[in-house]
Amino acid sequence: MIEEIIIAGFGGQGVLSMGKILAYGGLMQGQEVSWMPSYGPEMRGGTANVTVILSDERISSPILSQFDTAIILNQQSLDKFEKSVKPGGLLLYDPNGITRHPVRTDINIYRIEAAAEAARSGMVKTFNMIVLGAFLKLKPIVKMENMEKGLAKSLPLRHHKLIPANMDAIRKGMELAEPVAVIA
Amino acid sequence: MKELRLMKGNEAIAEAAIRAGADAYFGYPITPQSEVIEYLMAEKPHERTGMVVLQAESEVAAINMVYGAAACGKRVMTSSSSPGISLKQEGLSYIAGAELPCLILNVVRGGPGLGTIQPSQSDYFQATKGGGHGDYRLLVLAPASVQEMYDFVKLAFDLAFKYRNPVMILSDGVIGQMMEKVEIGEQYARLTNEQIDELYPWATTGKKTGQDRRIITSLELDPGRQEKHNLKLQAKYKKMQEEEVRYESLNCEDAEYLLVAFGSSARICQKAMDLGRAQGLKIGLLRPITLYPFPSEVLNDLASKVKGILTVEMNAGQMVEDVRLAVCGKVKVEHYGRFGGMIPSPTEVLQALEQKIIGG
Repeated sequence: MIEEIIIAGFGGQGVLSMGKILAYGGLMQGQEVSWMPSYGPEMRGGTANVTVILSDERISSPILSQFDTAIILNQQSLDKFEKSVKPGGLLLYDPNGITRHPVRTDINIYRIEAAAEAARSGMVKTFNMIVLGAFLKLKPIVKMENMEKGLAKSLPLRHHKLIPANMDAIRKGMELAEPVAVIA
Repeated sequence: MKELRLMKGNEAIAEAAIRAGADAYFGYPITPQSEVIEYLMAEKPHERTGMVVLQAESEVAAINMVYGAAACGKRVMTSSSSPGISLKQEGLSYIAGAELPCLILNVVRGGPGLGTIQPSQSDYFQATKGGGHGDYRLLVLAPASVQEMYDFVKLAFDLAFKYRNPVMILSDGVIGQMMEKVEIGEQYARLTNEQIDELYPWATTGKKTGQDRRIITSLELDPGRQEKHNLKLQAKYKKMQEEEVRYESLNCEDAEYLLVAFGSSARICQKAMDLGRAQGLKIGLLRPITLYPFPSEVLNDLASKVKGILTVEMNAGQMVEDVRLAVCGKVKVEHYGRFGGMIPSPTEVLQALEQKIIGG
């Protein structure tokens, strides 16, 4: 198994931490993992992305131009990374703020209304975990028990009381993933 | 079971320094390696092992603090990124001249000048050919993973003391900033002053009655004696060439085309190699781990077996000069590079190999 993922959105949306929690989940499952952020002077409001790779074998390049999955949280990232999904791959996006929707017909496209759900439930900070839940529903590459262990490893001790809320958000995301265009 | 953590390369280096029994870290923050000092400050190693961590007033101050601590036989390190490493060159030349052990980490960013904070490998010449003034060499290790960032710290200290020579870990923004799985090793104890006195008869630990004076200096005004000192240094570098060459070779046994790359470029090349092999191209990869001493012999051997060599570096062509010297005209050697903080993708590398070597 190897899964090559790009997660992209605005700084402050929890893009990097979503990637880290997923990577830690993989690590708890005994997988090889890499987490490579686009780092720079950009902060909240700018664009942020991270390449996460989970694999049963030693990982070669942490830098990629083609991905099995793109998790997209804003228009700029959709414009930039839609073309980078491998044929037959997965594009998962939150339609919030998206005016130009994906057009490719050779990939599986799903949407997750995570921003809307986070606003509705009042749990704005678990927005990224709703998205992650949708991904894990579509590609169950990390078991839930290992995600919980990964959360415990990623979050500082003082935030461990938030683990159940984060796990609930992951489960909510699993329910909310919706197909947009699925290839046969 | 060993402890596994998900860490950035910069954090792994910092934890490894504490675990290797380092006595001191002196540094000054600069992107993309500020996590080294951030981690050390947060971790408070003075409470764990007694290790001193100090943010100096400048890079120049930091390297001279390293000089002082190293003269006392202490395991000491500093870290910076390209412009900061340039500032440290005077001190490094003095430390090399005075034959003192220490560890310097350079998490390279694009240059010249302040350049960019994005990853680069454009400090290869500076690291391997001296960097500061005078005829000296650093022993240079190039990690290609976060685990190697961790593992090379203990190795670097051991080599530094074996040769009484500064050792540089030449990393870059990719390896420094990325997170990977790290197996955390054991905690080595810091040496006591008595142990230092016993192990390092050169260390300036305070003159005892009946003991000869120990002098640490890089100054020798008598040309005859200075030449003798230079010859001694050269003999030391020759010994490093004989004993310390390290490299990794992947799929070189049946390779028709060879990629040569170090650090993060080698990771990208590994993927390019896999993509090429899937298309039936017999590609191998040689990854120098020590950039000085350079694995010239193995390259010369491989040059007799392959049809062409492409070096891939995030610079305008630096290591390629050492590859050409090693290969000595036996086979075509070309270079592919991106710079200014741009990182080549595996597909791009494969295309370059096809255009410059296979089709060329």
